[in-house]
Amino acid sequence: MFDTALTANDLVFLAKGAGMTLLVTASSVFFGTILGILFGVIRYQIGPWWATPMTLVLDVFRSIPLLIQLVLANAFITTVLGLRISGFAVACGVLSLYTAAYCAEIVRGGIEAVPQTLRRAARSLGMTWGQDMTYVVLPLATRVALPSWIGLALGVMKDSALVYIVQVVELLKSTQILITRLQEPLFLLMICGLFYFLISFPIARFGGYLEKRWSND
Amino acid sequence: MFNYNFRWNQALSSLPQMLEGALVTIEIAVLSMAIGITVAILLTLFRLSGSRPLSAIATTWVEIARNTPALFQIYMVHFGLGGFGIHLSPYLSLLIGIAFNNAGYLTENFRGALKAIPETQTRAARSLGMSPIQAFQNVILPQMLRISFLPMTNQMVWAILMTSLGAVVAMNTDLYGVTSELNARTFRTFELFAIAAVIFYVITKAITLSARLLAARLFRY
Repeated sequence: MFDTALTANDLVFLAKGAGMTLLVTASSVFFGTILGILFGVIRYQIGPWWATPMTLVLDVFRSIPLLIQLVLANAFITTVLGLRISGFAVACGVLSLYTAAYCAEIVRGGIEAVPQTLRRAARSLGMTWGQDMTYVVLPLATRVALPSWIGLALGVMKDSALVYIVQVVELLKSTQILITRLQEPLFLLMICGLFYFLISFPIARFGGYLEKRWSND
Repeated sequence: MFNYNFRWNQALSSLPQMLEGALVTIEIAVLSMAIGITVAILLTLFRLSGSRPLSAIATTWVEIARNTPALFQIYMVHFGLGGFGIHLSPYLSLLIGIAFNNAGYLTENFRGALKAIPETQTRAARSLGMSPIQAFQNVILPQMLRISFLPMTNQMVWAILMTSLGAVVAMNTDLYGVTSELNARTFRTFELFAIAAVIFYVITKAITLSARLLAARLFRY
């Protein structure tokens, strides 16, 4: 198993793939979270009835396989609209919306977990809606939402393995390319799996720790 | 801007083939859930057994399933096992990959459900003269499955969505595989995948709805 044809150049190639995975994840989680917070707050403010169209649209992102979302978005942009746009942009766009769809639910759950009485007290003290949101709701909702948000971010990292379909060479795809050339599937897959595991496992543990730490008080 | 001719008729004429693919997708999801739940109960028993090697197996399984992409797991089953000289068909690889993933996530759900069942119940059951196995089977297990019914529904939806990952092992009989094969022949990418998306949406909604009805009927008390 250890006499491998893997060269230093191949390792650089894998590292580039890993970098791409992290880049796609980071940008999608960043934009997705901003959108998700926006959607979540709007959803909470206008109430479930008026938010029905938005909930339905966001629900679509959670009910269709990501692979099909990516293919559809890519086909729509490049062939229907006839725009020339990089696969990376398509991947980030779709993954951001995908993240936003889940994040909106997490944010809404977080806001709903803040007791109504507390918020009324804040408003009675003369705080504006913005002040109430930033000084009362934000700190309390974060405690409820952060563990789930960490889980979501890790989920997006794992799902980013699917962006190979729009010609983005991320970690799993670069592993695949090397496997085709070197014919050592087991060894290369171990490296690839180890990379995902080493990033995901400590953060997941940290999320579990936060959840335990923040739940009983 | 829209100088693209939509040809829905052409795509719709292949609907029967896609619906057949949808049946395969549902079949894989149901089978993988059945295997996943069985294995997850087994792994939960491993954890409860108090034996170190057994709970180490359970922990390893859960952590690998939860911390690597599902796509990677399916790829590993197909090509990784191929390295050992075990060559599985795409169908089996996909099924085993999804079942592995399901088992990992469900074991974690069961762990959460177990926390909600008071420890005293086991002791009461044991005092009544039940064996540990009987106590688990008759007292703990039914409650555990009831509490984790909703997470199990979610996992079922995930299983449906995960079948699309068969693309990576050249699976061509499930909904995604059928669609991409039709696409390779006709190049109506947008139309074909839009129809596939609608079918997936209908399936997942049907599952969530029927699970809700089932829950209302099963858990009336």
